[in-house]
Amino acid sequence: MHVVLRNPRRELDLAGPMSVAKLLGRLELNRESVLVIRGDTLVPGDAVLADEDEVEIRPVISGGLA
Amino acid sequence: MKCTVCRGPAVIDLRRHNANFCPEHFLRFCRDQVVRAIDDHGMMAPGQRVLVAVSGGKDSLALWDLLVELGYDAEGMVIGLGIGDYSDASTAAAVAFAEQRGLRLHRIDLRGEYGYDIPTASAVTRRVPCSSCGMSKRHLIDKAALDGGYDVVATGHNLDDEAAVLLGNVLHWQTEYLGRQEPVLAERPGFPRKVKPLVRLAERETAAYCVLRGIDYMVEECPMAAGNRHLRYKAALDEIEAASPGTKHAFYFEFLARAADRFRPEAAAAQEGLTPCTSCGAPTTGEVCAFCRLVERVGGREPVPVELVRPGRRRGKARKAGAAT
Repeated sequence: MHVVLRNPRRELDLAGPMSVAKLLGRLELNRESVLVIRGDTLVPGDAVLADEDEVEIRPVISGGLA
Repeated sequence: MKCTVCRGPAVIDLRRHNANFCPEHFLRFCRDQVVRAIDDHGMMAPGQRVLVAVSGGKDSLALWDLLVELGYDAEGMVIGLGIGDYSDASTAAAVAFAEQRGLRLHRIDLRGEYGYDIPTASAVTRRVPCSSCGMSKRHLIDKAALDGGYDVVATGHNLDDEAAVLLGNVLHWQTEYLGRQEPVLAERPGFPRKVKPLVRLAERETAAYCVLRGIDYMVEECPMAAGNRHLRYKAALDEIEAASPGTKHAFYFEFLARAADRFRPEAAAAQEGLTPCTSCGAPTTGEVCAFCRLVERVGGREPVPVELVRPGRRRGKARKAGAAT
């Protein structure tokens, strides 16, 4: 699968199938801090990502104080 | 994973609620949480004019969308902060959102109207960028709300924001700030009523709301905020939340229920003795308010490029930590 991470932007290719939870664990990412988007759809922690999937891992933490 | 409500395919799991949702029921969940926040805290009533403080990020656009969905008469206001490409893209996201929905968006540009931008203000004052940024935004949104006759200002502070600010205020025992860390700040002379309808939603939830609603928000983080203390508090709370879902909610809402009123006298005392700024009329503890002093000091200066300002670092004279928002 092709994985795009944001802030900062990085891209990597990983072999599937792999669950979302396992992917986040492998990347040492806190699931409370990100959304996982396959194509243009959100996927939950137990979703299985296939070899050919395009996946975005989008951080959700913003740091400005209004 | 199945939706807790309809048993259809879920797209998001919310461990703090021990629930999973399909798109339809997640969007309903978000609306319900906002309605509950508005009702529980008496934030505003149908028919009132609402000014939404819009940045172009997920929280403010989700908030504006939710308020319009709920039938509120909500207009937006965005401030061009002059933080390079980041500000341009953020404003563009807000403008596109408003245009697509036929909503009214008021725009102010710091450089165009006041002769400065946030990187320049940070460089000249030798203060962390978030300091002049937050102060400028608060001043200008207050002024716009009062001048425009709005009943209430709505800001996109979410549960993570409030829990992180609370953590900072507790760690440094900023008792004055603890006394006014409320979902509603009442209208006072010179200050509009301010409300935070997203306090029951985590920022993962507001981001998911935007994705599912097709809201094209500014995903990139502010380059001036990188590494700031607020982000460190959020990261720490996320670690705890991952091990113990629901902790952030309990931390903030139990504070409101069991401790906030103990600090209100200090917050009230700090508000006494405010007098109108001799320059703009805004309430201030001195002769001239902080915003007018900033404009006087940095207005008209040559722009300092974003790249030359170190983000998130304290420089120069120390200031009080963890200001409530």
